Amino acid sequence: MRYEAPETLDAAVELLSSESGVKKVLAGGTDLLVQMKTDLIHPDLVVDIKGIGEMRQITQENGGYRIGAAVTGAELEEHPTLSKDWPGVVEGANLIGSTQIQGRATMGGNLCNGSPAADSVPGLIAAGATVTVAGPKGKREMPVEDVMVGPRKLAIGADEFVVSFFLPARAAHAADAYERFIPRTEMDIAVVGAGVNLTLDDSGKITDARVALGAVAPRPLLVKDAAAAIIGTTLDDEALKKLDAAAQAACQPINDKRGTVEYRTKVAGVLARRTAQTAYDRARNK
Amino acid sequence: MKHHIAFNVNGDPVEALCEPDQTLLDVLRDELELIGTKEGCSTGDCGACSVTVDGRLVCSCLMLAPEVNGKEVGTIEGMAQGEKLHPLQRKFLEHAALQCGICTPGVLVAAKSLLERNPDPTETEVRYWLAGNLCRCTGYDKIVRAVMDAAAEMRGA
Repeated sequence: MRYEAPETLDAAVELLSSESGVKKVLAGGTDLLVQMKTDLIHPDLVVDIKGIGEMRQITQENGGYRIGAAVTGAELEEHPTLSKDWPGVVEGANLIGSTQIQGRATMGGNLCNGSPAADSVPGLIAAGATVTVAGPKGKREMPVEDVMVGPRKLAIGADEFVVSFFLPARAAHAADAYERFIPRTEMDIAVVGAGVNLTLDDSGKITDARVALGAVAPRPLLVKDAAAAIIGTTLDDEALKKLDAAAQAACQPINDKRGTVEYRTKVAGVLARRTAQTAYDRARNK
Repeated sequence: MKHHIAFNVNGDPVEALCEPDQTLLDVLRDELELIGTKEGCSTGDCGACSVTVDGRLVCSCLMLAPEVNGKEVGTIEGMAQGEKLHPLQRKFLEHAALQCGICTPGVLVAAKSLLERNPDPTETEVRYWLAGNLCRCTGYDKIVRAVMDAAAEMRGA
């Protein structure tokens, strides 16, 4: 195995595209190193992208945020304004692993690890976040919901990598939330995760919504029907009931030790309601 | 190809030759003979290998050795000043907050990192911060009490 730590995007692209064997991008390493140690993968080349300045920074851009793909969970939490503007995105990322894992784990890695239960991804999808991907043909932008296509399968090539996330500017009464259900209180993999992002008008009516679910399908889902169920409402009981039904209808989960198909589907409805309420209350208080 | 890496451990400069797939934990224990840092699960779940890198608490089993080049690493060996124990170490003894001791270096390094950021944590904050440090002798209550007591003493000192 070769380890390289390029300092520019171009150098990283060159390294990845000139390697014909198994190549992996290293950000926080909290998934990659585990996969290496458990003999799931044997890379010929590991490209550590943490030496590339723009991948390690959070900057303001067009009223929103550009977040480098290798910014850690701890750094997201410590940013002075990010948690105020995008609490759901930050709480999703901060639910990954322990304090020690938060010191290393990144949203870029969480997304590209390709787990349907990745905790940072529903919040990013709900936020309408996009990623910038670098590769031999240059840079391209894509919505976060298009990156994962199935378990461990990405719409990004082995010679490409995620450089940064972009979170758009915030309207006046807007907020997001992410909640997950696990059988214990800390350090587990989501049975269901729900991300909701809402924009309200001055009277408290929802003018825009995005709802995303994790761990209930082969990839995290943007559930447009669930958003449609609450747009134009004040998230009254009737709207919550429709949201619950739309969230359940989108589920195509698996049975596993964390939950059956029926259980996951039911919990997805409940969690969508709770998360929407949290996002709504936050948006009203802005 | 071996990598020549140079970094600081507890303020002292060290150098090592390492394979690219060796971890920081491997280098600390096998190359530098700093065996206070323990290997538990090797997959970032148990926290026995906790160290700080540039002031940030991490699992040394989940960091490739070449990544640590040029960085400042803090381990359990840097905690006591000669014969003088750190207040956390003293309180762990007073409260009998350890049995077999395998998790203890990681817990101490993690607790020190918490108190540097938050000198007056609540019990809940201590428990969440240490959730990534597993103790299989079931000593959590004593560990939490020792950390709270050490924090109180350090605030008064």
